Amino acid sequence: MVVGFNKDSDESIFKSVPHLRIYQEDEICSPLIKNENSEYTPVIVNPKISNTSNRLINPNKIISDLKKQPDVVNVTQQVSVNVFYNNGKSQINGISSGVNILEANEMFDINSVMIAGNIRDLHSTPNGIITGVGIADKLNIRVNDYISIISSIGATKILKVVGIFKTSNSSVDDTKSYINVATAQQLLKQSSSYVTDIYVNITDPEKAPNYSRKFSNLTGYKAEDWQAANESTMAKKQTRKVMFGSISFAILLVAAFGIYNIINMTINEKMNDIAILKATGFSGKDVMNIFIKETLIIGITGTVFGLLVATVLIHFLSKVYIGGDVGYFPIDFEKNVYISGAIIGMFITLAAGIIPARNAAKVDPIEIFKR
Amino acid sequence: MDKNIILKAENLIKYYFEPVKFQALKSISFKVFEGEFLSVVGKSGCGKTTMMYILSTMDTDYEGELNISGQRVTGQKPDYLADIRNKNIGFVFQFHYLLPEFTCLKNVMIPALKLNKYSYEEVEERAYQKLELLGIKEQALKQASKISGGQQQRVAIARALINDPKIIMCDEPTGNLYSKNTNIVIDIFKKLAEDYGQTIIAVTHDKDFSEKSSRTMEMKDGEILSHGW
Repeated sequence: MVVGFNKDSDESIFKSVPHLRIYQEDEICSPLIKNENSEYTPVIVNPKISNTSNRLINPNKIISDLKKQPDVVNVTQQVSVNVFYNNGKSQINGISSGVNILEANEMFDINSVMIAGNIRDLHSTPNGIITGVGIADKLNIRVNDYISIISSIGATKILKVVGIFKTSNSSVDDTKSYINVATAQQLLKQSSSYVTDIYVNITDPEKAPNYSRKFSNLTGYKAEDWQAANESTMAKKQTRKVMFGSISFAILLVAAFGIYNIINMTINEKMNDIAILKATGFSGKDVMNIFIKETLIIGITGTVFGLLVATVLIHFLSKVYIGGDVGYFPIDFEKNVYISGAIIGMFITLAAGIIPARNAAKVDPIEIFKR
Repeated sequence: MDKNIILKAENLIKYYFEPVKFQALKSISFKVFEGEFLSVVGKSGCGKTTMMYILSTMDTDYEGELNISGQRVTGQKPDYLADIRNKNIGFVFQFHYLLPEFTCLKNVMIPALKLNKYSYEEVEERAYQKLELLGIKEQALKQASKISGGQQQRVAIARALINDPKIIMCDEPTGNLYSKNTNIVIDIFKKLAEDYGQTIIAVTHDKDFSEKSSRTMEMKDGEILSHGW
């Protein structure tokens, strides 16, 4: 369940966030004179962000370099523009991403959230735009309508709506749109080499932090991994993990005590039989084996039964409709979870069974016969 | 004497510490020969059961020395002793102590399966033979808890015999049996000792029993009054 949910939330993150994002980080002004003489500390009072361009220099080289890296699945460039969407009198502000829509689709699976139109149309229509459903509703536009867009530096363009997407995340749906890179560059009055962000996807998103430093060194720009970019989501994920972990642990502990009790009771009940077995030549080890076998039988039956119940539960839960951007309950059959569940279950049963079994091994038959 | 000594006890001393320190055995020494039907008699509390448990190798907390068929068993490891019990000693207790959930046949088979000398089928075959010897073959497949007390005792004897042990030790084997069943049990023991050369050591209160044995050892207050020869 947790795994399913984490997977779902990760997936929803990856709909708008790449595994790694390479961009020009804003720099705080530093003194012109480097601090070579430690007697004096050069100080700038109230330093400001230096007013450098946030463009990436020679983006094509960076992209081709990145594509040569192992484990890199996808590289795409992006130009973000702050824009106003206009249709008649109504106006909405938002952010438009200038992308190569086919590459972006591979990365963010935009196709899956499209409710009208087709992403390919953006590729074939230089002045096309794909808008969020919120924008489309408020501006009352449909596919094939035209809207005008004004960028933050005052450039205006008339664009044709070729598609509408719905992520069920209203802050995205109400502001975001996709346009072609060239359109975005024109809106910013920049040349065709102007690129602000390069997005990179790698084979295993969990390893993104390992690559961020590597790519920083490679490109000379800041490479931010998605975990760092979504710290609060990561923190929630961690909290969830710990929470469910401790709940499961408590449940397992109770179960372990149950098994311990069962075995203990059986041993007490079978004291006479243990004594007679020992008298007829069974060693402590043999007696222990018998009870460990019993524990194993309990453990295996329990595990098999538990996994079966889990399978049935997963089957039904995955059909429960939650709504929102989650849709159906995010749960999935996870081989690893099954395996680790079975191993932990068996381990706990064994641990709970060994203690009483050892006691049984130590039973002194004479003590029993004398009763 | 041309008989082989099967069991030799030297200066066995046993203390009980609870509830108070009490010397149960006061330096007991004796020998048992192969093929003997030895009965040990004495009033209750004279230490005969205590001695029995030491001879059975189950009780290891004693002073003195014990040899069974030439092997010194004093001071051996518990697992080794369990092995000796399995191979060389058969037990019959006052209360039959069968495993109630199993059939009589299974009960008889258990020590042999543990010994792991014969295959399962052979063990089953031998178990049937032993049950037949004791005249309860018909009861073989009944549950141990569902046959009469006399039959249960005979199943227990069959179990003691399954591995053809050199020594059969009995603690009040006829203690809670009717005289008719008692006679049957005594006859079986006699037959075992005389025909099969197995040694029988039996602790008993029963006059009939001791009279029919080949030798009767008498105990009193942790000492041997008479060896019976």
